[in-house]
Amino acid sequence: MKIVVCVKQVPDTAEVRINPETNTLIRDGVESIINPYDMHAIEAGLQIREKTGGKVTVLTMGPPQAENALREAISMGVDDAVLLTDRSFAGSDTWATAYALSKAIEHLGADVILCGKQAIDGDTAQVGPEIAEFLDIPHIAYIRKIEDVKEGRIVVQRLMDEGYDLMESSLPVLLTVVRELNVPRMPSLKGKMAAKKAGIKKLTAADIGAEESKLGLRGSPTQVRNIFAPEAKRDRKIIDGTNEEIIDALVKELTGLKCL
Amino acid sequence: MFIKVNKDKCTGCETCLSSCPYDAIIVKDGKADITELCQLCRSCLSVCPEGAIFEVEEEADKKEKAQGSGVWVFAEQRDGELAGVSFELLGAGRRLAEKLGGEVSAVLFGGSAAGAEELIRWGADKVYHCDDGMFGAFNDEPYAGLLAELITQYRPEIVLAGATPIGRSFFPRVAARLKTGLTADCTSLDIDGETKNLLQVRPAFGGNIMATILCPHTRPQMATVRPRVMKRGEYDASRKGEVVKIRADNVKSRTKVIETIREVSEMSVNLQEANIIVSGGRGMGGEKGFQLLFDLAEALGGCVGASRAAVDEGWIPYRHQVGQTGKTVGPKLYIACGISGAVQHLVGMQSSDIIVAINKNPDAPIFSVATYGIVGDLFEILPLLTKKIKEVKGA
Ligand SMILES: Cc1cc2nc3c(=O)[nH]c(=O)nc-3n(C[C@H](O)[C@H](O)[C@H](O)COP(=O)(O)OP(=O)(O)OC[C@H]3O[C@@H](n4cnc5c(N)ncnc54)[C@H](O)[C@@H]3O)c2cc1C
Ligand SMILES: Cc1cc2nc3c(=O)[nH]c(=O)nc-3n(C[C@H](O)[C@H](O)[C@H](O)COP(=O)(O)OP(=O)(O)OC[C@H]3O[C@@H](n4cnc5c(N)ncnc54)[C@H](O)[C@@H]3O)c2cc1C
Ligand code: SF4
Ligand code: SF4
Repeated sequence: MKIVVCVKQVPDTAEVRINPETNTLIRDGVESIINPYDMHAIEAGLQIREKTGGKVTVLTMGPPQAENALREAISMGVDDAVLLTDRSFAGSDTWATAYALSKAIEHLGADVILCGKQAIDGDTAQVGPEIAEFLDIPHIAYIRKIEDVKEGRIVVQRLMDEGYDLMESSLPVLLTVVRELNVPRMPSLKGKMAAKKAGIKKLTAADIGAEESKLGLRGSPTQVRNIFAPEAKRDRKIIDGTNEEIIDALVKELTGLKCL
Repeated sequence: MFIKVNKDKCTGCETCLSSCPYDAIIVKDGKADITELCQLCRSCLSVCPEGAIFEVEEEADKKEKAQGSGVWVFAEQRDGELAGVSFELLGAGRRLAEKLGGEVSAVLFGGSAAGAEELIRWGADKVYHCDDGMFGAFNDEPYAGLLAELITQYRPEIVLAGATPIGRSFFPRVAARLKTGLTADCTSLDIDGETKNLLQVRPAFGGNIMATILCPHTRPQMATVRPRVMKRGEYDASRKGEVVKIRADNVKSRTKVIETIREVSEMSVNLQEANIIVSGGRGMGGEKGFQLLFDLAEALGGCVGASRAAVDEGWIPYRHQVGQTGKTVGPKLYIACGISGAVQHLVGMQSSDIIVAINKNPDAPIFSVATYGIVGDLFEILPLLTKKIKEVKGA
């Protein structure tokens, strides 16, 4: 079984703020991490490999610094790491990102492709399903359990609002995963050593045979016109008194606001 | 496009260095330079006190704008019932169509003829309805296949869906196939007076920033819209419109829904459409504590949410989790009990209309977003509150 896991290096978004004067992101001192959902995708890839045999490759598209994310994945036990990096990818929206990743996956070959449900910076959750469309393979989003996987067929649980769906798909397939799926393993000492030494394979736009006009800013149908800080918050009120008084006051306020 | 520094204006002050998230700017010989690490994020453009940093447009960046007309909304159904977000989308669609001219149409896959009529009363001029049995349960490939086919045939200018598990899963496939842009999870939509482009506002970076996204050249402009933020249109029982029956002859699927399992007990956990959410954190102390929340939620007619800490403790299933790695919610009333208010929780609930926080620690950050703060022990307050609400409601 050939398994490819797409991982994105993201800033720890809890720390990211906006400079109200310039309306630019303040990322000073903000640490880069592997997108948390992608950790679960890596774990899922390793578990499939344990069951069916085969090879797990992690793939990221990004600037050269994204290599750090790949090394972290290697320390968890993946077999191969590929960095897709090229000037021409700069400014990609999800369409252009998914196009480039799909060309790289074609180049690598895959039976199962795993993505996180969404990246915590861009927050779109679009790249996974778009990759599947470009590859003309099926996808299933929000996987919370892999029931069975064997040659040519997979059965999974898909998380929905009111419960879950038991789904079956042919292979190759792309899955996006939620946190409930598993607990990502800690890197082993051996893994950490391997991560230091491992060679990272680099691919460029030319290597994957991508069309220039579909890459980067030029290939992106959407544009970020501007960014700004969310609106500041409302009036606040601390309700004091004995518990009975507090409850009376609260219920009165809520009734007044037609909340009840 | 690329980013350049005007060397004549640049004073070498280094202000721009820290604005670049990718370390792409260097200052050499007293002048700034943009290196090949630049990701075109535009962060540096506005920071230079001399206005020395600028963007250069290339010939190949210029594109013809594609054509289209009318606003379409994808009307989601679950088990044959129309989802509330469909009516909100019709409200938003009408407001956009007023500024653009043109019709508002709804697309309904599965569902009933009565459902199609209902969409007209909520504001659709036309409903494209396919009642083929294959659309009963949600399955990405048939949904994406048929919608892409219809869009190619009728060429709408704007296509909207709810930012629900369904919309967010299959809309990206449609956009990828049609070579057009898709904006995720919008909280506001408007039309640019000059260019007539759709202005799509959405939160990103876990809600810490807002962004306006454009899809200037390709059509349709596609967006998923967060449930419960757009106002419904006027319901008019006498409204007339046209229902166009659609057949799904060329639609294939390589995935199959074997079974749909409803896990929800009596109480719904459809947090994204809830009007009232009562949420608990580590302060609830255990499953027993959560029973207090279920009691209050029942009295209020709301749903129960949770912080990640409570979910990780195993007190309540993941689907109840609110926050960055759970659901983003925007109810009328959110009551946070025993939740400290970590930023990853706040980003998932701070757009709620009214927030009540109950916490014994007066310095808990949750109070910074609360409309009403109660400093106290939730084990004393919750039973009293439930009792009081039952009284008021019973009266
Ligand atoms: C403020 C802001 C708003 C934006 N809004 C939009 C928008 O509405 N529409 C749009 O099309 N673009 C948008 N973009 C651009 C978009 O964020 C980037 O294209 C980004 O590279 C991918 O989107 P995402 O972070 O949302 O990833 P998601 O689609 O949320 O990522 C899902 C999964 O895909 C995989 N993945 C994603 N990116 C990579 C990668 N580079 N390498 C390997 N695997 C990856 C991971 O497994 C990840 O878990 C926006 C950018 C910004 C800065
Ligand atoms: C990448 C990432 C993603 C995350 N995503 C999420 C997410 O989606 N959602 C989320 O919620 N968290 C998320 N977190 C976790 C988040 O950082 C916090 O750890 C978590 O929200 C804390 O939960 P809590 O408020 O329930 O617990 P605590 O922080 O332990 O707070 C418990 C609170 O209960 C109060 N309390 C205790 N006893 C009582 C009592 N008897 N009466 C009244 N008050 C009492 C205490 O004063 C305290 O304020 C994420 C973290 C990371 C790193
Ligand atoms: S901020 Fe402007 S003037 Fe200062 S170094 Fe950068 S480009 Fe030059
Ligand atoms: S556009 Fe962004 S990446 Fe490029 S130099 Fe400016 S800040 Fe750095």
